[in-house]
Amino acid sequence: MSDILWLIYEFFKAGLFAVGGGLATLPFLTRMSVSHPDWFTTEMLANMVAISESTPGPLGVNMATYVGYTVAGVPGGVIATLSLVAPSVIIIMLIYRVLQQYKNNRTVENVFTGLRPAVTGLIAAAGFSVFRMAVLTGGSGSLITLVSWKALLLFAVLFAGTQWKKTRGLHPVLFIAAGAVVGLLVAF
Amino acid sequence: MKELLTLYCAFFRIGLFTFGGGYAMLPMLQREVVNRYRWATDEELLDCYAIGQCTPGVIAVNTATYVGYRRRGVAGGIAATLGVVSPSLLIITIVAMALSPFMTNPYVVRAFAGIRVAVSALIASSVVKLARKSVRDVPGIVLCVAAFVIVAVLGASPIWVTLGAALCGFVMGRVRDRK
Repeated sequence: MSDILWLIYEFFKAGLFAVGGGLATLPFLTRMSVSHPDWFTTEMLANMVAISESTPGPLGVNMATYVGYTVAGVPGGVIATLSLVAPSVIIIMLIYRVLQQYKNNRTVENVFTGLRPAVTGLIAAAGFSVFRMAVLTGGSGSLITLVSWKALLLFAVLFAGTQWKKTRGLHPVLFIAAGAVVGLLVAF
Repeated sequence: MKELLTLYCAFFRIGLFTFGGGYAMLPMLQREVVNRYRWATDEELLDCYAIGQCTPGVIAVNTATYVGYRRRGVAGGIAATLGVVSPSLLIITIVAMALSPFMTNPYVVRAFAGIRVAVSALIASSVVKLARKSVRDVPGIVLCVAAFVIVAVLGASPIWVTLGAALCGFVMGRVRDRK
């Protein structure tokens, strides 16, 4: 199957199963880098996430456009984006008439008590693959020699920054910019 | 036709001024949908937001489809949705084109090594934020850890985890409701 057809299939699937918005599509993208190794690496995906967070537009849509563009150029970007949103459009229109009941429906509520924690775990797993790639240097050897301690320290400082009362409200772009500056100066 | 164009343009502006997504777009939605065009009241917008969160897909897109469909049926839903994704399509394509020749530049490579560390810190902080809201009892902890292990260690597809967790929630709810 050509890349374009695969893009339609993969992004329609992501749009259909990624519940919770924003980063919820990320686990599906990390999965794509495994099932389509010729498309992009985890490293490239992390770069795309950074650029998607620093440009206007909903995160999920930005990531779809970027991944699609990386795989198959401008048509790829357009097709990945439209495939991602197609399930939303279809589902919302189909359940429009029952939406008000749907929101307060006991069964829907039950399903979501199961879904919410699992989605958190899924995003954590996707984040972990980005983290592993960001703090481990290439090559072989024991875990201790592979870890870039400088990168790990930067991670700790930036993560603390996202939690500390005085800095946690700062825009994500500022954290990304800080990472870029330290990366330029220190080189991992 | 004119209203379709208005829907497209309003949601184009919403997409353009949304950074990140989720709750970040609420103020912009309120400005355009509630105050400027009166397509919905504040309460309706919040309802629609809640629904957007519990249907699959990007919340911004779900909200756009909902508001557009309400105004002008299928054509309205499509116009609003195309509006909200157009800025991303334009901006990301341009940025990707402009950046690709520089991605092998040694300085850019170094900067991106640092940026990737920052991205993992940002994702970690989102996970903490989500966990505070959604992982509140023992079954929640079990589901969250199981989802992590099944995907990160066993390498399964997130689809099975999503379906499995939905089923667990359904069954647990049934058991609880019966008591």
